[in-house]
Amino acid sequence: MVSPTNSQLAAHYAMMRRIRTFEERVGELFVRGQSAGSMLHLSIGEEAAAVGVGSNMREGDTFTTHHRGHGVFLARGADPRLMMAEIAGKETGYCSGKGGSMHIADMNLGHLGANAIVGGGIPSVVGAGLSARHKKSDSVSVAFFGDGATGQGVLYESMNMAALWRLPVLFVCINNQYGMGTRIDNATAAPDLHKRAAPFGLEGANVDGGDVEAVSEIAGNMISNARAGKPGFLVVDCYRFYGHARMDKSPYRDDTEEAEGRLRDPVIRARQMLISRGEMDDDSLDELDQNIAAEMDATIAFAEEAREPQLDSIFKDVYDPTTPPPESVRGRLARVLGQTL
Amino acid sequence: MGSTTYRDALRKALAEGMTADPNVVLIGEEVGRYGGAYGVTKGLIDEFGSERVIDTPISEPSIVGAAVGAAMSGLRPVAELMYVDFIGMTMDQLANQAAKIRYMFGGQIGVPMILRTQGGTGRSAGAQHSQSLEAYIMHTPGLRLAMPATVSDAYHLLRQSLVQPDPVVFIEHKALYATTGELDYQTPLAPWGKAHVPRQGDDLVIVTYSRQLHHALSAADTLGTEGINATIIDLRTLNPLDIDTIRLHVERCGRAMVVSEGVMTAGVAAELSARISEECFDFLEDPVVRVAGEDIPISVSPLLEANSVPTPGLIADAARMMLS
Repeated sequence: MVSPTNSQLAAHYAMMRRIRTFEERVGELFVRGQSAGSMLHLSIGEEAAAVGVGSNMREGDTFTTHHRGHGVFLARGADPRLMMAEIAGKETGYCSGKGGSMHIADMNLGHLGANAIVGGGIPSVVGAGLSARHKKSDSVSVAFFGDGATGQGVLYESMNMAALWRLPVLFVCINNQYGMGTRIDNATAAPDLHKRAAPFGLEGANVDGGDVEAVSEIAGNMISNARAGKPGFLVVDCYRFYGHARMDKSPYRDDTEEAEGRLRDPVIRARQMLISRGEMDDDSLDELDQNIAAEMDATIAFAEEAREPQLDSIFKDVYDPTTPPPESVRGRLARVLGQTL
Repeated sequence: MGSTTYRDALRKALAEGMTADPNVVLIGEEVGRYGGAYGVTKGLIDEFGSERVIDTPISEPSIVGAAVGAAMSGLRPVAELMYVDFIGMTMDQLANQAAKIRYMFGGQIGVPMILRTQGGTGRSAGAQHSQSLEAYIMHTPGLRLAMPATVSDAYHLLRQSLVQPDPVVFIEHKALYATTGELDYQTPLAPWGKAHVPRQGDDLVIVTYSRQLHHALSAADTLGTEGINATIIDLRTLNPLDIDTIRLHVERCGRAMVVSEGVMTAGVAAELSARISEECFDFLEDPVVRVAGEDIPISVSPLLEANSVPTPGLIADAARMMLS
């Protein structure tokens, strides 16, 4: 997306707007009955975490995300058309329609996978960190996860290992205050999550997820440190604007809280900052937004028109393609009963 | 060729695999300085260094999870799980991550890792250190499963596992580490995924794997003196499963027994029995019988322990009943 200025904030704004608009279109895809299922978890309100951290990563770096990871993937360069096609379960999607929103991945962009198990992708970055060190590359591996994952033991195991082995790893906790319907203060007696870093020997910090520049600055430092063998744990404080998934209307929280939470809007804040600094004006921002809207509108048409998977791909990629695929139930029945079904 | 132990054959396979492929790394509890709880990795840290033989904290989920991430980023990790009984701790990383990544991600990448572990009875290790949990693995599409019974396979199956493109769970048997046998380094008993038939007879087929191979062979020796001649099939791998070899011999003999140390109900023996019944129905003289672990936890008492799993005597009795 062309930005009228070369400022970093303008670039951050454009990417955050792309993420937000993309996710609004994901919602539209669902309403139109074109998404594959309703397991769609939107990160609206959390864009600064994705962009602030993602913009500090570079080619060759790897990452894993949680199930609310559309934003991170876009911030790392994903093609929104291929993402939308994957969310629609189409063959042209990133994972041939087999992964969907919660299992999207792209090895070319270093995306080792979104995960539908809370905390499930975290130890992969420890392994990627070991690989980077073994191969003497200077790549860094970043685990993105939500505050819900701070209830999982595997997080602390992995934090301990990363610190012990001084791996080029960064743990990024996007604290949107909710694990599904349970607010963080109902999930822990110690909600200052960043303080959990120090006992493991990790550098810990928290940052306001409403301020993309602040996120970017601290993430830049922590990623540099991680590259140098000083892994860290960064908590980005934000607010999940909408429900857990598409069907969730958030009956467990009151309107006042939601209204206040939505005031911490990193997209609006970046826009206001661009205007107040004179870097962009309303007209140029509106034009940018319209161009992004057109780009994201096109993803829906792309996904709708994309090919369905071939039915025979159902047995493909369980194992390496050089080995025989699993025998189908139908095929086995026919063989055992000596008949053609 | 030469006589060696199951343990040394495993170590030799690891050492040669590490020499052949610089991306092979070992990771697990006590694999380095301690040399492995059962001594399999002894000395490897001296030969290959602590960057390739990585001692870990006691964190089974993240050991397996780190192996997954390492395998996705260019290494070929061999993670060690000290006892297969701990596999419940790791099941998310194994079943939800390692097993499904190739499929979920549309074939973009495989997870060429090995999870080495050991199981079974024989050391009075109690209910949480003596189980045979291979059914958990066999029940999970995407995972290969190798279970060496012999010294030859301790070496060759591990070397074969080290070049597989998909995750392999490699389950050794704790009662076999000190067993000795001939090892021909050049010639495996069979290719990867193929069964071995160490004994041929015409009266019945005993399909087995891991330590129960030795119990079956012992029972077959006894039965042979009584005029009952058994074919013994050592499956070597449960995934891939060599159904062709099973079918060939069951169709010839007309009777089949499956012997497994895992518990009977919904176990590996149940699956094998169902497969044989389906595939060889027209050739069977008797129902396929299962001689498997009792549906109970394993006791510390050596007497109770030994009677919790198939014995040569039970296998022989079952064969006599089939042929009476």
